[in-house]
Amino acid sequence: MKRLLVTTLFFMVLSMMPVPGIADCGKMELDFQLAVPEEQSQKGYLGLDDGKTFALSDIKADMVIIEIFSMYCPICQAEADKVNRLFELIQADDLLKERVKLIGIGAGNSSFEVDFFRKNYQIPFPLFSDGDFTIHKKIGEVQTPCFITLAPDKDLEVFYCREGRFKDPGQFLDHLVKPLKSPEDTP
Amino acid sequence: MKRLNTISMTLAALVIVCSWFLCTAGAEGINREDIYDPGTLKPIDSQLSVSLGEKAPDFRLKSVSGDMIGPGSYLGKKNVLISFVPAAWTPVCSDQWPGYNIARPLFEQYDTIVLGISVDNLPTLFAWTGEMGDLWFPVLSDFWPHGRVSSQYGVLRSDGTSERALFLVDKKGILRFIHVSDINVRPDLGMIIDSLKALSR
Repeated sequence: MKRLLVTTLFFMVLSMMPVPGIADCGKMELDFQLAVPEEQSQKGYLGLDDGKTFALSDIKADMVIIEIFSMYCPICQAEADKVNRLFELIQADDLLKERVKLIGIGAGNSSFEVDFFRKNYQIPFPLFSDGDFTIHKKIGEVQTPCFITLAPDKDLEVFYCREGRFKDPGQFLDHLVKPLKSPEDTP
Repeated sequence: MKRLNTISMTLAALVIVCSWFLCTAGAEGINREDIYDPGTLKPIDSQLSVSLGEKAPDFRLKSVSGDMIGPGSYLGKKNVLISFVPAAWTPVCSDQWPGYNIARPLFEQYDTIVLGISVDNLPTLFAWTGEMGDLWFPVLSDFWPHGRVSSQYGVLRSDGTSERALFLVDKKGILRFIHVSDINVRPDLGMIIDSLKALSR
């Protein structure tokens, strides 16, 4: 009886916890263009050639992690340090840093707003403006923050998408890069 | 007895975990499920009754923290950006002030305080802004007489909400920038900061 009570209470508590939303990965149109970053280091990070715009398929990587964020979104503000940590973890891993690239797209944010967000949270990875929500509409008007992973060299195949915050950057990264690991890598 | 202690401790731990989640949820933003979406509205539904270069109509409204505040409170001390938003718990409004919250250094760089105003009543504003975290600027209620200040500035809409409008009042109390936005669209922060820069020229 007591065990039943504890179990019931446990599930009651679980049901009260905020859970991340699941974005509709199937409805995403990822054939949009982004402005080539002016900074040479960011251009080099993404492996881009000179030019005004690029497509996600132009990024030289096995996996691109996209964070859809907004400068105005309090959760994105609160999560900014954790997303920076996610980037640091990727860069600290000799294998992953060549294979996985992280970018952010500011839904409804002007270039000024994206730039302010970058400076305010000292964001080291490339951020892009989607001032008129064009990209946001193409990917199904997901809630922010939203994390999407895809393969730029496999017709932009989407591995994963998730709305909302994540807890631990290390665990989250492990989860995100699972599709990159061959069966023999898995213990 | 031992088992009873274990159960009590488990229950206590669950209560703590639950409380933590409930408390921190508010500090990190408003749950999307709590937002009422009115759909796309008529972009502008009022007629401005003030102009650039005029003295800004002064007023005193009660803030969420209980003080009576208006642009006159900052005369000779700070520029004032009055930010009218249409309604609490609606999509665009619920993001606009959290954005101004992190932009505090930009506003302070130009010696400017933001006054947030909505026609919602104080209890509603208290609950709503509480979910945004700690706002550094006062939030004022223009609830009663309903929309009196919004009407004074000519931004009261026919449905009793206000426009999404910005009025920049300089330290002498003069209106130096006015922007009535399409109610469905958040005004660009860059445009606001440009207006502050223009004040200092």
